[in-house]
Amino acid sequence: MRTIQASDITDTVASMVRDAGVRLPDDVKAAFRRHMREETTPAAKEIFRQLLENAELAEETGLPLCQDCGLAVFFVEIGEDVRVEGSLKQAIEQGMIRAYAEGYLRKSSCDPMTRANTGDNSPAIIHFDFVPGDRIRIAFMAKGGGSENMSRVTMLTPAQGWKGIREFVLRRVVEAGPNPCPPIMLGIGIGGTFEKAPVMAKHALLRGLEDRHPDPAVAKMEDELLADINRLGIGPMGLGGATTCLGVKIEMAPCHIASLPLAVNVQCHSIRHREVVI
Amino acid sequence: MAEFHLTTPLTDADTTQLTAGDVVFITGTIYTARDAAHKRLMDLIDSGVQLPFPLEGSIIYYVGPSPAPPGRPIGAAGPTTSYRMDSYAPRLHALGQKASIGKGKRSDEVKAALRENMAVYFGATGGAGALLSKCITAARVIAFDDLGPEAIRELTVENFPVLVINDTKGGELYAKPDLAAVGLD
Ligand code: SF4
Repeated sequence: MRTIQASDITDTVASMVRDAGVRLPDDVKAAFRRHMREETTPAAKEIFRQLLENAELAEETGLPLCQDCGLAVFFVEIGEDVRVEGSLKQAIEQGMIRAYAEGYLRKSSCDPMTRANTGDNSPAIIHFDFVPGDRIRIAFMAKGGGSENMSRVTMLTPAQGWKGIREFVLRRVVEAGPNPCPPIMLGIGIGGTFEKAPVMAKHALLRGLEDRHPDPAVAKMEDELLADINRLGIGPMGLGGATTCLGVKIEMAPCHIASLPLAVNVQCHSIRHREVVI
Repeated sequence: MAEFHLTTPLTDADTTQLTAGDVVFITGTIYTARDAAHKRLMDLIDSGVQLPFPLEGSIIYYVGPSPAPPGRPIGAAGPTTSYRMDSYAPRLHALGQKASIGKGKRSDEVKAALRENMAVYFGATGGAGALLSKCITAARVIAFDDLGPEAIRELTVENFPVLVINDTKGGELYAKPDLAAVGLD
């Protein structure tokens, strides 16, 4: 049994959350550069130029990449042979709160009815899981509201199958149009239950843009959807162009014989996530 | 696609010369308001109380900036999604608001209000919050301080870059998705 101090977790989380708010991952920047070259219209090229300049400026100045610094979503894998001295949950939440305060990140969490801001971006939304081993893996994502609002869950019938999935995803992207700050990334959860599908969809957004799904059949579905979405011509910021989507990531799980749950989680181009293993 | 430099407050002559797709650089004073602030503005109008800023010729920027770090007037300040303000916008345009700045689609009601009141809808680059903050030289909260990021701020801007998305004549810039290309209609 390995012991980890809760305070160490707080420090680690604070620095990863703060860093995620101001520094765009390298794979995202590389994708911007590539698509800027490939786009043919001045407007589409100009959007990528601005996004790259924005990323540079944020890094230089420490200003957040986007004013919407998101709700704080964590996926935590806890090794079964590790013990935390103190509260793991509190440690993560405290690290997040510190990062949003010290990093001048916007606190966007509010009461759903009174709309009163909680003031410190709490609560963090944390998904816990247990895995073999003596380590803790903490993945963080800053999830902005504009793209999150464009996400949807549906319960298809088994008969609808791949055709139904494909149509639902494409119609969702069309309906979202310029709203979620395209170019977007899509996390898709297929199967499970009503609540499992969107958790998978969100988890899928943690994968790198270049990451290939290990199952070739699923990888093919991802490729097909990505190509189709980019045929729609919505383009960066909805101004038209070849890049509506940067990547499609699917997670699947077995479901009930009567069901085909489907969740589409839309991620904007400001793909802010980090992962640490303690 | 033409380029214009406009100074606030805007007049009919300013807005009617614009066509969807034009690039505009705004200099002067603009006001921030998003969801909660719009709701309160409606309450003030309903009760006949004076608004915290003059609507005549005004530009409302849909933004909830991140906190200003020491030495800067404002934090990151990119646009928020506009459709959430659609239920409020026609009324404000009827009372003199000349433009809004945001991102994403507007409702048919808003587009009709733009035509009727010779107003326009500008788009700023979503997610370019750090970059856009460079064009904001001063910021101060003028109403609803308790709303935090959603408070109404008076921003002084210099050459703030926007695109005309919806113009006064019904023109719209956003691309129509090519449904046929993927076998949908
Ligand atoms: S959708 Fe993303 S990039 Fe756009 S404003 Fe929201 S968080 Fe920022």
